[in-house]
Amino acid sequence: MEKFKTLKAIVAPMDRANVDTDAIIPKQFLKSIKRSGFGPNLFDEWRYLDHGEPGMDNSQRPLNPEFVLNKQRFQGAKILIARENFGCGSSREHAPWALEDYGFRVIIAPSYADIFFNNCFKNGILPIVLDADTVDGLFKAVNEQEGYELTVDLEKQIIIKPDGSEISFDVDEFRKHCLINGLDDIGLTLQHVDDIKAYEEKRKQVTPWLFG
Amino acid sequence: MAGKTLYDKLWQQHEVRDNGDGTSLIYIDRQLVHEVTSPQAFEGLRLAGRKPWRVDANLATPDHNVPTTDRDKGIADPVSRLQVETLDQNCTDFGITEFAMDDIRQGIVHVIGPEQGATLPGMTVVCGDSHTSTHGAFGALAFGIGTSEVEHVLATQCLIQKKSKSMLISVDGQVGEGITAKDIVLAIIGRIGTAGGTGYAIEFGGDAIKALSIEGRMTLCNMAIEAGARAGMVAVDDKTIEYVKGRPYAPKGDEWQQAVSAWQDLVSDADADFDQVIHLDATTIQPQVTWGTSPEMVVGIDARVPNPASFSDPVKQEGAQAALKYMGLEADTPINEIKVDKVFIGSCTNSRIEDLRAAADIAKGRKVADNIKIAMVVPGSGLVKQQAEQEGLDKVFVEAGFEWREPGCSMCLAMNADRLEAGERCASTSNRNFEGRQGQGGRTHLVSPAMAAAAAVTGHFVDVRELN
Repeated sequence: MEKFKTLKAIVAPMDRANVDTDAIIPKQFLKSIKRSGFGPNLFDEWRYLDHGEPGMDNSQRPLNPEFVLNKQRFQGAKILIARENFGCGSSREHAPWALEDYGFRVIIAPSYADIFFNNCFKNGILPIVLDADTVDGLFKAVNEQEGYELTVDLEKQIIIKPDGSEISFDVDEFRKHCLINGLDDIGLTLQHVDDIKAYEEKRKQVTPWLFG
Repeated sequence: MAGKTLYDKLWQQHEVRDNGDGTSLIYIDRQLVHEVTSPQAFEGLRLAGRKPWRVDANLATPDHNVPTTDRDKGIADPVSRLQVETLDQNCTDFGITEFAMDDIRQGIVHVIGPEQGATLPGMTVVCGDSHTSTHGAFGALAFGIGTSEVEHVLATQCLIQKKSKSMLISVDGQVGEGITAKDIVLAIIGRIGTAGGTGYAIEFGGDAIKALSIEGRMTLCNMAIEAGARAGMVAVDDKTIEYVKGRPYAPKGDEWQQAVSAWQDLVSDADADFDQVIHLDATTIQPQVTWGTSPEMVVGIDARVPNPASFSDPVKQEGAQAALKYMGLEADTPINEIKVDKVFIGSCTNSRIEDLRAAADIAKGRKVADNIKIAMVVPGSGLVKQQAEQEGLDKVFVEAGFEWREPGCSMCLAMNADRLEAGERCASTSNRNFEGRQGQGGRTHLVSPAMAAAAAVTGHFVDVRELN
């Protein structure tokens, strides 16, 4: 996993509540057996005017000029601001894979669906929770000022606005540690092999039917 | 000190270690595996030179991509075919039991787990699928995970988890005639919203839940995720134990007695403290129909499509406006005047034998209406299909003009050939009415199996109680 420390980038606004994982990456692209290459199909049904299928040359497809990520001013955005319950729906990790492959490393929203939130951290994406009013303020600022950028400092847990003012945010210690160091948490769990084995021995006595 | 909730008990029984940073290492008893969310996990194992920690804790089946017609011809779409073949290969390479496409035990993971007794009370059950909450119906802690976590469980038999808050949803009193588990759960989601359960593990309780069959409880827990909760659960009672008894993976002999005695404790203590308690009056629940593009956009069959102006929250107002536009509906239209084009009876929510019986009861002696392009019934597993055929349900459906299909996820998410075309309206027993879920531009209304069958035979939504 790629390390995450600080990021200064253009912000793109996704101004809808309950953006679900079917919208983030439609099901036909889940047929891939790979972990990469989902970026061109991020928000596929909103982003293109035709129906997308795996294997199409996306550079030849007609773009929806109304869709926010197709607007010139948001090209190169790496920070996405969103509304309540972002990422609801299925557990597909293809959703953060698509966001990451497109270039997003930070999402800022008032709330997320649990599984999506968790999946982001496994893929080098930092999902930040801010209260709805603060997020609303960011939407206004982004819409008013072309090229609006934010700096996100994970170590200090602050977002720095263009005028230098700061917004602090919370993040779980363990998740922060993994993101900053780019750690694979399977490796971390395998440091506790003895604990897992001891647990299994104990459980085999109490619940032998679970160890067929 | 307050007593423990069922969730507290399940958590404590599976805590391998407290990591001291707000997370714990939680032991996983069962992992169900399907073709869509597992290939990258197996690839990760290979790249790291790791082996599955406990091969026997995993059970696999292809379900999302499988065709529901002409099974003997294989999968026509080469991309889908490769994904299913990749699962077959991975299971062979790593020694994991798989019910492959030609096995009568193949089906939707959330149907076959309980059917085989591979889901047992007191277990932790995970799967790379959000509807894993289904298995909570057995007093298990069951939740969906992403592919990285699928790999984590394969490699370590554990997950790093933070304990959720606990919520009790008590459905008090008894539902009226013709009201099903699907109506109860849709009414709950309508009440608390699709984010109402975010951050919580939900226990469903109250008299109406106790009265549900185990299959009904599976329907209920299945849609906990649509209320935002990763896990939903129901306490163990005699019905749970009776359902599990004698299934292929269930304990036998002395171990059965030992297990049954341990399972008696899988209930919340009378003095347990929940972080939140919500009460619903079962007697007021009507047959439910969703009208929008989120499961919380739901009303009773006797209601009208809401007017967006009636929502005070501006975000909800905009959401309702966008939903009506997508759904091609006018505000204030009576729900029972909405005509449908297609009917889908199936999915991990509603494809078990009781669901098919309920739909067949309505279909019997009637005909699918002329305006319905297709009404399809997709059993949840090969064994459900076999049982339905033994009971003659297939004949009831076929005589009424329904199509009787092979088991799989099918048009719940339209990864195979079964889908809606743009603008088509569907009465569906599945779990998500998101934009494009059943096909780009498709319009989904979530209902119970009986309500879907009633829409099929009348051509529009109708109160199923009028047909009984």
